Amino acid sequence: MSGSPTRTGRSLLLLAPLFAFLVAFFVWPLFSMVSQSVSDTAVLRLLPHSADVLAAWDRLSPPSPAMQAALMEDLRAVDDAQALGDMVRRLNSAQSGFRTLMSKTTTALADTDDPPADLVSIDKRWQKPEFWLAIANALSPLTDRNLLAAVDLGRDAQGAIEHLPPDESVNRVILVRTFWISALVTLACICIGYPYAMIAASLGGWKRDLMLAAVLLPLWTSLLVRTAAWFILLQEQGLINDLLQWLRLTDGPVPLIFNRTGVIIAMTHVLLPFMVLPIYSTLITIPGNLMPAAASLGAHPFRAFLRVLLPLSLRGVASGSLLVFISAIGYYITPALIGGPGDQMISSIIAFYAIGSANWGMAGALGVVLLVATLLLYSVYARLSAEEPGRS
Amino acid sequence: MAEFIRFDRITKFFGALCVVENLDLSIAKGEFVSLLGPSGSGKTTLLMMLAGFESPTSGAILVDGSAVNDVPTHRRDMGVVFQSYALFPHMTVGENIAFPLQMRGVARADTAERVRRALDMVQLSALADRRPSQLSGGQQQRVALARALVFEPRVVLMDEPLGALDKQLREQMQLDIRDLHRRLGLTIVFVTHDQSEALTMSDRVAVFNKGRIEQIGTPRQVYDEPGTRFVAEFIGETNLVEGVVEAVEGQEATVRLASGLRIVSAVTGDLAPGGPVHLSIRPERIQLAETPAEQRNCLETEVADSVYQGDHLRVQLQNAVHPLVAKLDRRSREFPPGTKVYAAFSSGDCRIIRP
Repeated sequence: MSGSPTRTGRSLLLLAPLFAFLVAFFVWPLFSMVSQSVSDTAVLRLLPHSADVLAAWDRLSPPSPAMQAALMEDLRAVDDAQALGDMVRRLNSAQSGFRTLMSKTTTALADTDDPPADLVSIDKRWQKPEFWLAIANALSPLTDRNLLAAVDLGRDAQGAIEHLPPDESVNRVILVRTFWISALVTLACICIGYPYAMIAASLGGWKRDLMLAAVLLPLWTSLLVRTAAWFILLQEQGLINDLLQWLRLTDGPVPLIFNRTGVIIAMTHVLLPFMVLPIYSTLITIPGNLMPAAASLGAHPFRAFLRVLLPLSLRGVASGSLLVFISAIGYYITPALIGGPGDQMISSIIAFYAIGSANWGMAGALGVVLLVATLLLYSVYARLSAEEPGRS
Repeated sequence: MAEFIRFDRITKFFGALCVVENLDLSIAKGEFVSLLGPSGSGKTTLLMMLAGFESPTSGAILVDGSAVNDVPTHRRDMGVVFQSYALFPHMTVGENIAFPLQMRGVARADTAERVRRALDMVQLSALADRRPSQLSGGQQQRVALARALVFEPRVVLMDEPLGALDKQLREQMQLDIRDLHRRLGLTIVFVTHDQSEALTMSDRVAVFNKGRIEQIGTPRQVYDEPGTRFVAEFIGETNLVEGVVEAVEGQEATVRLASGLRIVSAVTGDLAPGGPVHLSIRPERIQLAETPAEQRNCLETEVADSVYQGDHLRVQLQNAVHPLVAKLDRRSREFPPGTKVYAAFSSGDCRIIRP
C-alpha cells in the first residue's frame, strides 16, 4: 500500500482542472453574486472616523460635538466624487432629504475661507437624530436592504420590515409574472411534449429517430437564431398570419408579437426538448404489455392511460417540468425580443440593474431570489422522487 | 360439448407475410385447449386476435354465438396472462388484483372480498401489500393468474405464461393451473411451444405449423396417432422411416422400405397399396434383445451409443440403412456399443403417416 498516497495525489491532480473550473465558473460567481447582494460598504468606506464615534452613540440623543467633528473630518477627506455620489444615493434612499443636506454640507466644508464650527451651524437638520440614525444604520458592512427590496420589502425607521410603497413595488409584480409565464410555458410543454413523447416511444426504427431528431435539432441552433426566427414568423405580415388569413380563419392579422402569446409560443418551442426527452426516456422503460394488459382487464384506453401509463411516467413529467420551469424563469432574450413591455421577466430587471444602473447589489439580490426559487423547486422535486416507491 | 368460441376462416397478414391462413377452430365451454407450435407458427397471433390486440385480415371470431371482431379488448371480458406477467409495477399485489374489479365498478367491500379470495386461491394472501418487484417470478405469475381470474372472465387466455420459470416451478404451476381449470370450470386457451406442457394440461391440443393447424385432438391422439410428419416429429421424439405400401390386409399394412426391409404396421382408415408413406415408431416402443424376438417386426441392428439419462436409457442404433433411437426402461441391461441386437416392435407400435 506504499504507492497509494502517490496514487491519490495523482488522481487529485487529474481532477484539478475540474475543481479549478468549478471554482472559477460556479463557486466564485455564485459567491460574488451573493456577497454583492448583501454587502453595503458605500458609506463605511468614506466615513471610517464617524464609524468609530457612532459606535458609542445611544441612537436617541442629539449628536454630540465629537460625532460632528468626526463626520466633518471624514467628509473633508473625501476626494472621490463617484464614491461620494454612491454614498449620498445610499443615504438618501434611507432618509429623504439627505441629498440636499449633503450637497449643502460639502459645499460649506469646501469653503476654506470661512470654515464652519460644526455641522448644525451649516444646517439645522444635523440636529435631528434621524439623519444620524440613517448614517449609523448604513455603516454596517452587511445589509438585507437589497434582498428585502428584491421582494418589495424595506425597513422603517425602527428597523421593522414593512412593505415598500406601491410606486416602488415593481419587483414582486415582475417575479409573479415570471413565475406565471414559466408555469404557462411548462404547461404548454407538457401538453405538446407528452403526446409527442408517447408517439415517439410507440414508433420504431427511422420514424422514431426522425421524431427525436426533430426535437433535438433546435437544440443545436443558437437561442438567438431561434428567437429571431420566431420574430419573423410571428410578425403581422409574417408566415403564420399570412397563412391564417389565407385560410380565412381571421380577417385581420392576429397580434402574435410583442405580447404574451408570442412569448409563450417562442419559449415553448425553445424549451420543448427539455420536456420531451425526459418523458420519452421514462416511457421507453415502461414494458409494452402493460397497456394491453390493462385493456384485457377491462380498462378503457383513457382509464388505462390514467391508471397505468401516466403514474409510471410521472417521474419523467416531473423532471421535464422542473427543467423547463427552471430554464424559463431565467429567460431574457426571448421576452426581450418577442414580448411587449408588460412581458419582461425578472432577468430583464436584473440586466437593467447590472448593466443599466450599475446597481450590483440589487442585481445580485434578484439573482439570489431566482437561485432560492430554483433550489426550493429542486428540493421539492428531490423529495417527491425520493418518496416514489421502488420499481422493478 | 357446445361450441363456445369459433374461429371462422381466419386469415392474418403482417404486411406481405401470412401468419395465419384460413384457419378454423372451435372451442367448447369449459375446455382447456393448447395451441402448440414452434415460434412463428401463428399460435400467438391467433391468441392476440382472440384477445382483441390484433384484428384478423379476414374471417370472423365468434364468442358465444356473436362475432367479436369489432369489440374492443376492454369489452371482450377475457382474462389474459402474459409471458412476462405484465403486472403494474406501481401498484401492490392487492391493487393489481383489484384493478379489473375497479374497472367494472364493483363495490369496494365486494372488491376486497374477491381480492382476498383470489389471493387465497393462488396461496399468496400474505403478500397482498408487496409490490410486484418484491416477488419471485413464480409468485408474480400467480398474481398475474389471480388478476386474470378474479373478474370471472368468459375465457382465460394464456400466452406462454410459464416460459420464464425454471423447470421445477413450471411443472408445479402446470398442475396448479390444471387444477384451477377443473375446479372452476374455466375455458382456457393456452399458447405454448413446450409439447410436454401441452400434453400435461390440455383437454385438446392444436398443433400449429406455418399458420395452419396440422392436427387437433386429445394429448393421446396427437402423440399416439400423429396425422402428419410434422406432428410426429414436433410432439415427442420419433423414428421416421420412408417406404411404399406393398399390401393392405384388414387392419394391417406391409410397408417396404427403401432397403427392401418390410415392416408390418397397424392401419386405420383407407390406404391404397403402392403409395409412398412415412412410418413413425416411438423410441419407447422399441425393445432390444440379442436374439430375434417374437414380435411382428424385428430389425437386426447394432448399438452405436448408449446413454444413461436417469429415468431412461437412450440407445442409438445403427445399421447400414436405418438409424433408430430406442428409449429403454432404466432397469434394462446396458448394451455396450458394437453389440449386435434385434430391435423389435409390434404392428400397433407403428403409425403410418400419409404424405
